Amino acid sequence: MTFHAMLRRTLYTVLIAALLAFFAIPMLWLASAPFDSDPGVGLRWPDWTLDNWRITFEHPYALGSLLNSIVLCAVATLVTTVLGTLASYALSRVRIPGRDALLYVLLLLSSVVTGTAAMVPIFVMMFQLGLINSQYATGLVIAGGMLPAAIFILKDFIDSVPRSYEESARVFGASPGQVLLHVVLPVARPGIATIMVWAFVQAWGNFLLPFLLLRDVSGQPAAVLLRTLKDEGGSANLTVIPVFSLLYAIPVVALYLFVSKRYGFRFHGGIKA
Amino acid sequence: MAAIELTGLSTVYPNGVRAVDDLDLSIDDGEFFALLGPSGCGKTTLLRTIAGLERSSSGTISLGGGDVTRTDVGKRGVAMVFQDYALFPHMTVAQNIAYPLRVRRASKQAQQDAASTTSAGLGLAELLERRPAQLSGGQQQRVALARAIAMEAQVLLLDEPLSNLDARLRLEARTFLKRLQRELGLTTVFVTHDQAEALALADRIAVMADGRIRQLGTPKDVFQRPADTFVANFIGSTPMNLLTGTAHDGFVEVAGARLASPDLSLADGTKVVAGIRPEYLAPAAEGITGTVSIVENLGVTSLVTLECPGDVLVGLTVPEHEEPRVGTAMTAAPAPGRLLVYDAETTRLL
Amino acid sequence: MSAATNRTRDTSGLGVARAVAFVSPALLLIGLFLVFPALWTIYIGLTNYTLTGPASVAPAFVGLENFLGALDDALFGNALWLTLVFVLGSAVLGQNLLGFGLAWVLRSAKPVVRRVVEALVLLAWILPSVVVAYLWTAVLDRDGGTLNALLGNESTAWLVEYPMASLIVFNTWRGTAFSMMLYSSALAAVPPSQLETARTVGASGWQTVRDIVFPHIRGHVLTNTLLISLWTANDFTPFLLTAGGPNHESETLPVFIYQQAITNGELGYSAAISFLLLIVNLVVALLYLLLLRRRS
Repeated sequence: MTFHAMLRRTLYTVLIAALLAFFAIPMLWLASAPFDSDPGVGLRWPDWTLDNWRITFEHPYALGSLLNSIVLCAVATLVTTVLGTLASYALSRVRIPGRDALLYVLLLLSSVVTGTAAMVPIFVMMFQLGLINSQYATGLVIAGGMLPAAIFILKDFIDSVPRSYEESARVFGASPGQVLLHVVLPVARPGIATIMVWAFVQAWGNFLLPFLLLRDVSGQPAAVLLRTLKDEGGSANLTVIPVFSLLYAIPVVALYLFVSKRYGFRFHGGIKA
Repeated sequence: MAAIELTGLSTVYPNGVRAVDDLDLSIDDGEFFALLGPSGCGKTTLLRTIAGLERSSSGTISLGGGDVTRTDVGKRGVAMVFQDYALFPHMTVAQNIAYPLRVRRASKQAQQDAASTTSAGLGLAELLERRPAQLSGGQQQRVALARAIAMEAQVLLLDEPLSNLDARLRLEARTFLKRLQRELGLTTVFVTHDQAEALALADRIAVMADGRIRQLGTPKDVFQRPADTFVANFIGSTPMNLLTGTAHDGFVEVAGARLASPDLSLADGTKVVAGIRPEYLAPAAEGITGTVSIVENLGVTSLVTLECPGDVLVGLTVPEHEEPRVGTAMTAAPAPGRLLVYDAETTRLL
Repeated sequence: MSAATNRTRDTSGLGVARAVAFVSPALLLIGLFLVFPALWTIYIGLTNYTLTGPASVAPAFVGLENFLGALDDALFGNALWLTLVFVLGSAVLGQNLLGFGLAWVLRSAKPVVRRVVEALVLLAWILPSVVVAYLWTAVLDRDGGTLNALLGNESTAWLVEYPMASLIVFNTWRGTAFSMMLYSSALAAVPPSQLETARTVGASGWQTVRDIVFPHIRGHVLTNTLLISLWTANDFTPFLLTAGGPNHESETLPVFIYQQAITNGELGYSAAISFLLLIVNLVVALLYLLLLRRRS
């Protein structure tokens, strides 16, 4: 090996190491702080303990907020998946008048009307309807925001299901309902599962909308509670925050691993899942 | 079991294309019938119209004497096997075969029985718990057939039944399909673009082009006496020689030769097209003379291309041991009664 | 089959009426929570609507006052400028370059190294924003923050002294995964024979990228830049790290809108600003779709 090649090799290794460090170091806190007897904001080798976990579980709102997150996400995910599947199936298979224009508008909407750009009118609307602090309404708002993208991804999936499956079922006498239930839904299951996970992860991580619309601490999901965890002195509660961060992050990572293992990582323009 | 009767049937697409154009056809009970034609000729649309997957624009369809023109797909007593078989990937072989019964909400027991009886007849008994993805192409085809049979329909439709199999398997499946159809005695209509398949399998063939039937007849009719130059061109594994010329004194003059056409009385000077299959041309003392330009080995025979006067190319097959040398001169004449004469204007057989 | 292209009619047997019934619930929800708010923003932006006080009960129509007011509002100008800096620094430069660099470098890395790096980059992307905000607070905090510990100084409060730089580094870390994946798949589509040709004629790494790779991925660079810019401009996560502070030094548009609407209660004014953001989003999205269409 020449000196030049060795130099290149060393530089390459250093580069990779630096990139690894850049991405890994911020995350290490999540592995150490929850188990440290005196958790600080910074990273250090922990003085191992599980006390933080006990304290977290005893926190009056911590577990409740996780439950709130589940309710919120269940509403948003279910609505997004069911309505998205029905809509994308119809849009994929039937030439409804104006379909192409509708799809174009949906595609635009999915990126143009973001949570931040629409937060004022959404807040005002829910405020005037008296729906502030309603978990179900917040779930619906989140679902409304996710639906255009969900319809798009699902339509892609359903477009790729051979039409001969449905035609075959129809020749054997299946009604439209039977075609949907026996053939389309099972065949499109990987796509539907992906959308479910995607919707759940999006809703789980959504901070802005619940932060705006759920002002009552007993109804707030984990995302909002985690942001506002304070100790008696009013400063950030460093005993509970690391543990709770980990608890709150685990479902997202687990679901992500599940999907990429089960169905392979699919790369949908701009969609995490 | 049922005969199929189509009268004045048309299927027009929204873009105005007449995929099936004013078509009359009757298919007998128990017949094995082929719809043959190049892609885009309307044969698949016709099949789908019989199944009810496409709405006919005018005309009537009747099955076993009953008018089903307005009957919904799935209620016509028509089973169909799709080109890609359309086996449901999430169901086992047994569930696939029993699907027509599941749709009718037959009991679980009835479904199982149907799956086991039908699969036994098709050599699938061992595979009942497999999924379609775990089957070979030939097995998949048989599952698709089994599912169609389990429907106990009056009519079986097959869309390009052999096109998804590789060449070797195709011959085997062809024989299997013919035997199965004979055993079941089920009126069967299949679509194909492969003339050899149609000749081998069908009792009768309808050759289609542009939504219409160009010729209807037995494989023998269609092969030996194509009704027009389109059919002549389409049928046969080596293309038929179609030589333009004129009629004279009971002869046709083509490629610098005079060929006897005894049964025709044509006015002198009529423009004609002489059709001779390469298989029906043989070396002779008198006839079409040309220079051997290409010799292609077809196995038992060889296809010889002659360059004749006027840059006309004529093909003939010769037995493997009688191959001429390239560059030598050769004369060939049609076997008696094998010369077909077409009107150059109408392209119809005279 | 040429006829197959004609056969795009209702193969499912659903029928138009049922199809409309299937689509309607989704459209209703989208209309209610996406289309209506977007349109309503325009109306609210033309009033002096506030969260509290007399104008909360009976808002008055003020025409373009809010929009004209924005022109004179130094804080709005500041937010606009900071958003531009944020987008340019973290998306157009940060995520784009790092994403491409990662995709390029990882191409020739050992499979294990590649998987580990990709997994970490992806993890940074999928973790909930509230969590990553804490992670970076832990890195950048003055007292005991990881960065200070590594540098051996105890005195720099990064989020206070360099808030925008901190946010740019943070958002590069957070969002690079998308660009990395996009460029990975784009690079995979560059014919290996062309890369080998470049190598055989002795082109350097940089020359290869410039002459062979870039022409292939130019379209991807454009669309990627548009998308990540759009997302970055609308990102609310800076609020979780600095809440716009100190003294508006990191107040990007989303944070500005939030502060105006919720903290100050100026609903009319913040709606007008939201409307401007919507317009910018619309222009970028249209441009994106135009590029996509041209490519296909």
